[in-house]
Amino acid sequence: MMQRLLSGDYPRSRALTVLLLIIGVSLALGPFLFPGVRAFSMLGMICVFIIVVASYDLMLGYTHIVSFAHTMFFGIGAYGVAMATDAFGSGYGALLIGIGGALLLSILLSLLLGLLSLRVKAIFFALVTLAVAFAFLSLVTQLYNLTGGEDGLAMRVPRELGPAFRPFDEPWVGFDVVGFFTGLFSDPAGAFQNALFDVRVSGKHLMYYVAFVSAVLVFLFLLRMVNSPFGRVLQAIRENEFRAQALGYRTVFYRTAVVIVSALLATLAGVLFALINRYVNPENTLNFELMVFILLMCVIGGMGTLYGAVVGTAVFLLAQNYLQDLLKLLAGGAEPGSLLEHLVGPDRWLLWFGLLFVLSVYFFPTGIVGQLRLWAARRRQRRAGAGRVADQGEQHHAS
Amino acid sequence: MSAHDEILEPRPQGVLARFRAFREKRPHLFLLVLMMLVAFFMMDPRTWVVLTISGLAMGAMVFLMASGMTLTFGLMNVLNLAHGAFISLGAFAGATVLVHWLNASAGESSLLANLAAVVPALGFALAVAGLVGLLFERLVIRPVYGDHLKQILVTVGGSIILMEMIHVIWGPNEIPVPRPDALTGAFLLPESWPVIGGVALEKYRLIAVILGLAVYGMMTWVIEHTRTGILIRAGVEDQEMVEVHGYRIRLLFLGVFVAGSALAGLGGAMWAMYREIITAHMGDELMISVIVVIILGGLGSIKGCFYGAVLVGLINLYVGYLEPRLAAVATVGLMVGVLMWRPQGLIPVIKV
Repeated sequence: MMQRLLSGDYPRSRALTVLLLIIGVSLALGPFLFPGVRAFSMLGMICVFIIVVASYDLMLGYTHIVSFAHTMFFGIGAYGVAMATDAFGSGYGALLIGIGGALLLSILLSLLLGLLSLRVKAIFFALVTLAVAFAFLSLVTQLYNLTGGEDGLAMRVPRELGPAFRPFDEPWVGFDVVGFFTGLFSDPAGAFQNALFDVRVSGKHLMYYVAFVSAVLVFLFLLRMVNSPFGRVLQAIRENEFRAQALGYRTVFYRTAVVIVSALLATLAGVLFALINRYVNPENTLNFELMVFILLMCVIGGMGTLYGAVVGTAVFLLAQNYLQDLLKLLAGGAEPGSLLEHLVGPDRWLLWFGLLFVLSVYFFPTGIVGQLRLWAARRRQRRAGAGRVADQGEQHHAS
Repeated sequence: MSAHDEILEPRPQGVLARFRAFREKRPHLFLLVLMMLVAFFMMDPRTWVVLTISGLAMGAMVFLMASGMTLTFGLMNVLNLAHGAFISLGAFAGATVLVHWLNASAGESSLLANLAAVVPALGFALAVAGLVGLLFERLVIRPVYGDHLKQILVTVGGSIILMEMIHVIWGPNEIPVPRPDALTGAFLLPESWPVIGGVALEKYRLIAVILGLAVYGMMTWVIEHTRTGILIRAGVEDQEMVEVHGYRIRLLFLGVFVAGSALAGLGGAMWAMYREIITAHMGDELMISVIVVIILGGLGSIKGCFYGAVLVGLINLYVGYLEPRLAAVATVGLMVGVLMWRPQGLIPVIKV
């Protein structure tokens, strides 16, 4: 069962398995474990960005294609449904029209991009996608009568997926994990009781679970894909394109196919984003900064492993949301007005993340997941080595 | 290849054949003439003259920024996506001199006093960007030679760090950079001239064109007539052969990288005075033009870079005048069109 589900691609590290289980459980029971609007919206973003980053990893990690147009496809999905519901009302029909149109546009654009630049050399692709994504951003910003320009569009979601929909009259019970553990220190007796909180289930929760289930399905689909013969060819192209070509694989076809698949998944993630966030503007869907964030998530988690996408997304979004609080604490300790205060100010979290990113590319090029697997493999090897010595000892006795 | 081929091939006969030969042999000139002609018939001549000069000015500034990046790629196969950060850095360094250190002399109206502020500002921008470029090459790029993927990742990371450092040093807000008096205003062409009489040409744009042409001239001279230039060209052609002959190509590359960063800084400072307002992210926006230019021209080619920059500048201004909302799309559209026609760029130097 597990073998089939994970396509035989296990985490291969005990620490990683634990980490993934924690992330998985947190996401699956998220709304009932973490109270507060901020935590809830972050959980939704993690689900959406797992799809974005995993599909990006398919290009970056598995095929070594660097694309800067991933946010463009993300934005096409988000704007597709937002514009469709804007024009045709908030029914499921409008939603389907939006999704269909967005997917079609994504296929066309990714095909164009692939044919345009993958023929020449992979590095061209990075530059061409950067330019095309910028042109798309400027087009969206300029055509304000269609897209709302800089102001963006407010998304009208179907009633069942919005906050007004209440399927249950009674509130459900949630259990605040963070509150429980901090409560254990201050008030051990009442910690359990204090950690309970009410969850008023609404369409937002329904939408969250739609996103969560989509993320799980996409993740398992991608896992299946990279462990299929198709995925092996991709990795062969990554390792040695010339050789893959000599073996008779039409590498341009494979590369273009990967670009299209990953663009479609990014579009899907954009649709989910628009439905969860219910507000779409160039800054939260198409910005170049967002593209860099996706790149960071992918690399920090570990390129070439889909588990890395999950870990990287969770770590990065946690840092984005809570590192600022930590830096605020640090900055409080520094002298006001000094250079140090500017350096550790809460707005400068990106500086530290950039530094961490560069260092991790040098010293841990395989990211968190790759490093955990490496350690696990070394431990196994050591144990196997010890076992072999013992075996040899026994053989000596026997002879 | 040129001299050799011309001897072998018979001279094309007939107008159509000559036109075809011109299109294939000199695609950069063909495109330039085509674009100027099309634009000429779509607007009145006076507007056309003003737009052409402005486009050339923009092209000249973009050329300053792009030349370093194209050479860096051509020589060492290093793709530096942090180039935009150097543009911003130069702009902020130049602005510091103009706004804070020498603002008394920049505020006066005499040309000499103004020059006493502008020249140090440009010099400082050049120096700061060059110096940071030196550090950047040593610390960030050196460990990742020969690995495009890592170069892209590391330079994107480096770009984030540089941009954030700009925020730390100069603050997060945009800074106004008033242009000194002597550089504002315009020349009026005499009314008596036919067709274009009475057209106003902005002084600063003319200066930008002249400076751009001067740098282009100097660069071509260095590359074609000096020993360093021969080594650079040889390095672009075949890096290993240069090394085999005992030249330290790393050192050569370091020089080119520093010069390229410094020029990006110079371009940034020029752009700051042109726009009169700067933000840390201006480099990212200009980076798009820079990328289009180096792809258009063919990676590694200075001449291609120059013509690419002029083309980008012109199409920006022409389309910006006809339909302002489509300027950025037209720039990228130009690139897409050229890539379909010639996948290697207009004047390819290295085989990619």
